[in-house]
Amino acid sequence: MATFGNLTDRLADTFKNLRGKGKLSEADVDGTVREIRRALLDADVALEVVKEFTGRVRERALGHEVSQALNPAQQVVQIVNDELVTILGGEARRIEFAKNPPTVIMLAGLQGAGKTTLAGKLSKWLAADGHTPLLVAADLQRPNAVTQLQVVAEQAGVAVFAPEPGNGKGDPVKVAKQALKFAKDKQHDVVIIDTAGRLGVDAELMKQAANIRKAVDPDEVLFVIDAMIGQDAVKTARAFQEGVDFTGVVLSKLDGDARGGAALSVASITGRPIMFASTGEGLDDFEPFHPDRMASRILDLGDILTLIEQAQKTFNEEESRKVAEKFATDSFTLEDFLEQMQQLKNMGSIKSMLGMLPGAKGMREQLENFDESEITRTEAIIQSMTKQERVMPKLLNGSRRVRIARGSGSTVTEVNALVNRFEQAAKMMKTVAKGGTPQIPGMGPIPGGHGGKSANAKKNQKKKGSKSGNPAKRAAEEAARAQGVVAPSAPAGSGFGLGGSKPAAGGPSPEELESLQKFLGR
Amino acid sequence: MAASWSLSGALKSMFARDTIDAETWSDLEDAMISADFGPDITDSVIDELRASVTRFKTDDPADLKRMLRETLEERLARLDPTLTLSARPAVVLVVGVNGVGKTTTIGKFAKFLVGHGRTVVVGAADTFRAAAVEQLATWAERGGASIVRPQQQGQDPASVAFQTVERAQRDSIDIAIIDTAGRLQTKSGLMDELGKIRRVVEKQTEIAEVLLVLDATTGQNGVAQAEAFIQHAGVTGLVITKLDGSAKAGFVLAVQERTGIPIKLVGQGEGINDLTGFTPHVFVQGLVG
Repeated sequence: MATFGNLTDRLADTFKNLRGKGKLSEADVDGTVREIRRALLDADVALEVVKEFTGRVRERALGHEVSQALNPAQQVVQIVNDELVTILGGEARRIEFAKNPPTVIMLAGLQGAGKTTLAGKLSKWLAADGHTPLLVAADLQRPNAVTQLQVVAEQAGVAVFAPEPGNGKGDPVKVAKQALKFAKDKQHDVVIIDTAGRLGVDAELMKQAANIRKAVDPDEVLFVIDAMIGQDAVKTARAFQEGVDFTGVVLSKLDGDARGGAALSVASITGRPIMFASTGEGLDDFEPFHPDRMASRILDLGDILTLIEQAQKTFNEEESRKVAEKFATDSFTLEDFLEQMQQLKNMGSIKSMLGMLPGAKGMREQLENFDESEITRTEAIIQSMTKQERVMPKLLNGSRRVRIARGSGSTVTEVNALVNRFEQAAKMMKTVAKGGTPQIPGMGPIPGGHGGKSANAKKNQKKKGSKSGNPAKRAAEEAARAQGVVAPSAPAGSGFGLGGSKPAAGGPSPEELESLQKFLGR
Repeated sequence: MAASWSLSGALKSMFARDTIDAETWSDLEDAMISADFGPDITDSVIDELRASVTRFKTDDPADLKRMLRETLEERLARLDPTLTLSARPAVVLVVGVNGVGKTTTIGKFAKFLVGHGRTVVVGAADTFRAAAVEQLATWAERGGASIVRPQQQGQDPASVAFQTVERAQRDSIDIAIIDTAGRLQTKSGLMDELGKIRRVVEKQTEIAEVLLVLDATTGQNGVAQAEAFIQHAGVTGLVITKLDGSAKAGFVLAVQERTGIPIKLVGQGEGINDLTGFTPHVFVQGLVG
């Protein structure tokens, strides 16, 4: 998979060569620009965009805007970052709702770009925001696209308008028109029209799309494009811009290992903003697109803001405070432990979370091998305990442990290990909490709670490896571990402080990375 | 459609010149990159052409064009594009990332095989995506193939694959084609699932072909896709779809050279007959003109 590496990796390698230098010569700049060009091409950024981009970067790198505060590598990173943000559209744009509902949103794109799935995601997202979206099945081309939309609508819990069975029969323009009337009658305030996939070169189908557009006069036309698309992005985007004149772009399949290229090309060539990104197969894997964050992601500055947002969505402040209190007063039970773990799981895949950390690209391989089911197994063990046992682990005698092992499909050894780990963790957390849990300044208690939490998880993972029978050695290990607990919040802290816009200088040090890796490698 | 972008169009100005000069080379490089060949292949092809030009002491762009065509053709023709479907039943597993056209390809492929007098059963092992089974059923009906459906929602795809092969063996059907859910190559859990399907089927009979479907509009990520699928699913052949669009799929050369897996089929439209075998000559003709 890593033959090319992605844009992030490539640029990181490029900048590594620059880091040691005190001053940028013209040759340095040219060399770097060549590398950037190649990295961008490998990442499928359209050629003409690459040319323009590298031209500007070169000019600025050689120009007079040399900041004294930054070293040469940082300067180039800064320039590239600025340029990326400029191309990607600067600020995130939201959907413009019509003054007189319904707001009509039309989806268009190539076959297999992910329009139907996106319709479901968008509708669920809007519904969560208090809207009453209506999905319209205007893809009458692809076999059973209508059925798919109906299923997706059901999963998203929204209404669907599908008067025609599809499979080549029926007129999508008519369906779209009827849908508007239907939406007005039934008081739906947003109408999302799913259209058939079409090629940019298919004049007839492009005309049909234009006709749908004319018939319903949508407030937004979203062009859905696969993040994996290559140089063809330019032609396709132009064809769709001419054909239906979209108002915004949605990048789909961004969870793959291709990223950046298509986004850059389309935004740069059409001048239309990328509004959303689709990042997985679940209906919730959908987020507003943040150009500045994307640029940071490309430059391996991490996507801390998205991470924080996700954390905020899941963790509630109250609870975090309660947990911190529990740590301090020694009333932290296995029950809380379980709850914490489930909260962590709610945040989504640990892998994708870690992937957002700055400098995380170095650990991508380890991330791949990280076994998330470990958490599920731990969960099973705790859930096999009675309530009383969870509150008072001391109760756990031999026969109880045998029962729990049987109940959770594990072995007594595993149950023992878990209980030991828990006790260690509780003790550790107590110390840390009393010594003042690192409350990250300016961040409020939420990420603080998170920091403590993940430290907790880390503890529990790392513990497994060595447990010496020698008390002296164990004490030493414990001390080392105690440091290990504090360390994780350090990179997070500096990461948060980074705010995503400053250059890479604040990234985690090798030791910090190593401690994370240890955690991952268990 | 043919009037759209082509390498030949992009190369026209270059070949119209009297002699080969520095600009010719940079134009050629741009054109190849725009056709998704990727920087590596582009460099190597251009180096090769430069050497030929020096060796033959030519400065005629027409020669260069001929050499370009020959070079690409020769590179593409290095591997054997024939499908091996002699086993009975011949089991064909179709894999790929989301939205590349797996189900559509299966429909066309079934029709193609039925047209050649083979009996075909398709297995709807895409139990994940909404309405994928129905989509396959429609295509199977159009193609004249029978279908094995999952008995319940979200059934283990490996068991559907098993039942499909079982049905083929019981009813002595010539060819069993198994549709799988689209998956991004970065999802290791889903890729493992593919390995499981493979292992389950292999217990019953040998798998004749594992076809990886690649979208022509894909860029350099196609190579990453191919490598991951080869590792997990043991891909034996490539299918390029959506070649009727403006994308030229130059990346397939990179895929083929890096992985040694030949392109076997080419899809060129939404009609059921729009699937052909891969012929390097025709492919290059479409590219270079």
